[in-house]
Amino acid sequence: MSSEKIDVRYVAKLARIALTDEEVERFGAQLGDLLEHVNALGALDTSAVPATAQVVESRNVERPDTVVPCLSRETVMAQAPQRQGAFFRVPRIIAEE
Amino acid sequence: MERSLIERTAAEIARGVNRGEHSAAEAVDAALARVGEVEERVGAFLTVLSDDARNRACAIDERVRAGERLPLAGVPLAVKDNMCVTGTRTTCGSRILERWTAPYTATAVRRLEDAGAIVIGKTNLDEFAMGSSCENSALGVTRNPYDLSRVPGGSSGGSAAAVAGYEAAIGIGSDTGGSIREPGAFCNVIGFKPTYGRVSRYGLIAFASSLDQIGPLTRTVEDAALVYDAMAGYDPMDSTSIDRPVEPTAKGLLESLSGLKVGIVRQFDTRELGDDVDEVYDRAYHDLEALGAELHDVSLPTADYGLATYYLIAPAECSSNLARFDGVRYGSRVEAADVQAMYENTRAAGFGPEVKRRILIGTYALSSGYYDAYYVRAQKARTLIARDFEAAFAEVDLIACPAASSPAFTFNAKSDPYSMYMMDYYTIPMSLAGLPALSVPCGWVTPPGGALPLPMGLQFAAPLFSEKLLLGVAHAYESATKHALKHKPEVGARG
Amino acid sequence: MADVTLTRYQAVIGIECHVELKTLTKMFCGCPNEFGGEPNSKVCPVCLGMPGALPAANGEAIEHVVRAGLAFGAEIPAFSKFDRKNYFYPDMPKNYQISQYDMPLTLGGEVKFWREDGSMSACRLVRIHLEEDTGKSTHAGSGDGRIAGSAYSLVDFNRAGVPLMECVSEPEIHSAEDAVAYLESLRRTLLALGVSDVKMEEGSLRCDANVSIRPAGSTELGTKTEIKNMNSFRSVHRAIENEIARQIEVLESGGRIVQETRGWDEVNGVTHSMRSKELAHDYRYFPDPDLVPVEFSRETLESIRGSLPELPWRRFERLTGQYGVEPKQATQLVDNVALAEYFERVVAASRHPQQAKNLVLGDLSRLANETQIPVAESKVTPEALAELIALIEAKTINSKIAKDVLQRLWENGGSPKSIVENEGLAQTSDPAAVEKFVDDVLAANEKVVADYRAGKTNVAGFLVGQIMKTSRGKADPALVNELLRKKLG
Repeated sequence: MSSEKIDVRYVAKLARIALTDEEVERFGAQLGDLLEHVNALGALDTSAVPATAQVVESRNVERPDTVVPCLSRETVMAQAPQRQGAFFRVPRIIAEE
Repeated sequence: MERSLIERTAAEIARGVNRGEHSAAEAVDAALARVGEVEERVGAFLTVLSDDARNRACAIDERVRAGERLPLAGVPLAVKDNMCVTGTRTTCGSRILERWTAPYTATAVRRLEDAGAIVIGKTNLDEFAMGSSCENSALGVTRNPYDLSRVPGGSSGGSAAAVAGYEAAIGIGSDTGGSIREPGAFCNVIGFKPTYGRVSRYGLIAFASSLDQIGPLTRTVEDAALVYDAMAGYDPMDSTSIDRPVEPTAKGLLESLSGLKVGIVRQFDTRELGDDVDEVYDRAYHDLEALGAELHDVSLPTADYGLATYYLIAPAECSSNLARFDGVRYGSRVEAADVQAMYENTRAAGFGPEVKRRILIGTYALSSGYYDAYYVRAQKARTLIARDFEAAFAEVDLIACPAASSPAFTFNAKSDPYSMYMMDYYTIPMSLAGLPALSVPCGWVTPPGGALPLPMGLQFAAPLFSEKLLLGVAHAYESATKHALKHKPEVGARG
Repeated sequence: MADVTLTRYQAVIGIECHVELKTLTKMFCGCPNEFGGEPNSKVCPVCLGMPGALPAANGEAIEHVVRAGLAFGAEIPAFSKFDRKNYFYPDMPKNYQISQYDMPLTLGGEVKFWREDGSMSACRLVRIHLEEDTGKSTHAGSGDGRIAGSAYSLVDFNRAGVPLMECVSEPEIHSAEDAVAYLESLRRTLLALGVSDVKMEEGSLRCDANVSIRPAGSTELGTKTEIKNMNSFRSVHRAIENEIARQIEVLESGGRIVQETRGWDEVNGVTHSMRSKELAHDYRYFPDPDLVPVEFSRETLESIRGSLPELPWRRFERLTGQYGVEPKQATQLVDNVALAEYFERVVAASRHPQQAKNLVLGDLSRLANETQIPVAESKVTPEALAELIALIEAKTINSKIAKDVLQRLWENGGSPKSIVENEGLAQTSDPAAVEKFVDDVLAANEKVVADYRAGKTNVAGFLVGQIMKTSRGKADPALVNELLRKKLG
């Protein structure tokens, strides 16, 4: 664990959040600060320990293959930010050229 | 005990309604009147549901008239606004859901409604439950009813304030790293987080899936027990809810602690917190002894790593949980020429800075090249922390420690993010281990230069599934010390 | 020229299939899993990715994947879990897909397949895992429905959350034909298991191919491209062939193969590069904290294994190997289990696979077509057919009579032996009687006999026909021919 400088622009892109230059700098500093504290974890010897998968172990929680009533279309579409007939509408998906 | 309706506990109100001494409608009217009186100063609610609540109250009254007896009959309930309630605006304190109406009801809320409780409104919170003061809400400001110049704590600040200010008899909040316990401590109320998996998360808008739990904020331990009993239990809609019978807790709450061993954590040295705070905890520990408990020194060597562990795991999970807020199917949207830009602009405008910070750090911790070093390592540290508690519980029955490092602070006092994160120092380790824990009022301090006494909270933590023990101990302490009754809120109380 | 270069290179192909499982409900919620329907009519808070919703795993879907794994001889690890695959796309309700990353439900295994010539081959599997499907988006404004040049897109989430099985093969296929044969066998097996409808035209079977080439004899892998958008087995064949040829041409002209995704253009018969200008996806896989792991006991696995039907490749192998059925017919039988089982029962009862083939796949199938009644549902029981075969083999009846009896069996059922006895249809094999028929006909057709002796040998057929007519079809044809030859000289 090194004190890396986070590539905030790259991470923001992955997270789909547009940032201003000011935010890039401010968050960069604040997250760097947090990472400094987080790096303390490097002192812990975790070699012989499994990662916690669940706090309380359980297995095979499954539901039966039985149909349950759906939401009405009106309910579904009522709050669609943009709809066209029975569909949700989004601006163009840039083609992978 | 001729207290006004708004000052009565949930147990008292339910008893009154079930016995026909007063109606649910009266209880709700009284609560709504109180809301009208103090909300401008307290700001606990983002949405008040007057009509719905009155309609519901009529329905409850009919059922009681027909002979039904409901454990929470007519009890006004404040619900944190990160829980879905059908037909109500559910915002998570965020612009991105500012105008969203939930099409379904969270299981926990439904169970409380089935038990007779009446939702009178949705309360303010730190945006998406990320914060420890309620200041991160994008939609409102909530003030501490005990000192309006101070924060109510967070992230369940609205529910805590609503109960503390007598606007509702009971409230529910969510606790991920301390978000029920800390505002409970700040607002002089009980804040209880059950064992992870005890209360269904279905309908709770997720922050950190492996940590979130719904729990009560109430003025008495008995009320917290009643709410827990009504909500807890397996839910097939939540695969992480535990399929184990729930031991009812509200009856047979303890009055004495004799025979019990209480652990005082070596790493949580309250002398670091200042003289007056230290004094309060010191007295609290002595009071436990006076009640018959045997105090033991226990060690949680990895407790110090709790913050670092939490601030990797919780943001990682939330970065994924909040990806769904993209302006496609619901919520606010900022238009753009193409969909990826639409995502970026929508989320930039819709999320506040703290939410953005956590999404960024979480995304980073999960990203290629960093996953093992951060996320996996944090999950391993989590195992060590859980094992520390296990070892401690081999020696003692439960642990007592501070719920927060200080009483409520003033607005903008913690502008540096990390200093705010530090507020969760004492509550995070229990969350990471999934343990049931609660905060109970344990005293008051009057800060230098301040006029108003501020409440403080003592935290108890117990082994997994020991809710009955936990509530029992808290009840015994509460009965003997009655700290909560020593001062009234700044907004007063009728009666 | 193409042949020469083809022999200089070996194509290396791996196939990745997505199979929609045939469950009543979606993978993580109780919405119906059905093809078609009004858009956004089969959705709920869970599959729409609404705030506060949580997934709950469909046990039937899990069982289906395990069945498929066991059928292909895969290993079922005792412990398996779900992971989140994080990326943003409009048809993704949560902007993460619940899938499986490092602990899938099955590992390894192999798909045995057969070629048109009947030869068998196999391709090993890497793994089979379970995930949820995305919604479907259609693109408007580009004139041809393609994403490129579109102005906006419309999204339907009916398909979001449908359980999807992903089968990844090792790169062990070496021709477009084999790729299709692999897919056919995979499809047939999944159909036999009842885990999916596997219809490419409905999207319940989708596949991509990874294609690379290397110099013949080399063991190193060349750079591969991923071919997408193949909507039928024919497309798969054409696309893979096209890509192999394209890659050979690139190398032959001194170029390098670029690792990229290429989309098949059915109309123009070419692939187009779909190279993305964006960053490569960082999926940030992590175990889904909303779900718990799956653990299998040995008893459960044994019980599932015990309930597996016979696999198509095994039946094909038996039909062609043991019974000598032609590959094309064997494939037909594999696709018609009822008929195959009928056929095998006849073989078992009669112990004459050749006759069984002729009658079942020939005469009976023809009758079935004419009357629109499947053979297995007809009045002709396998035992009756076996009886008929016995009568033929014993030369009790000749082939023409056999056809008549068969017709009667088809219409009325019953036992061939009884029919032959009751109606006196037994073949006449008594040489004296047959000779009399022959003599009678020869006597009545002197001109024809003269023509034959004059060299028009093809008139013998007419004479045979007359003899059969006179004998009411019962004369033993072999004897007739023998006697006729003797008498005509």
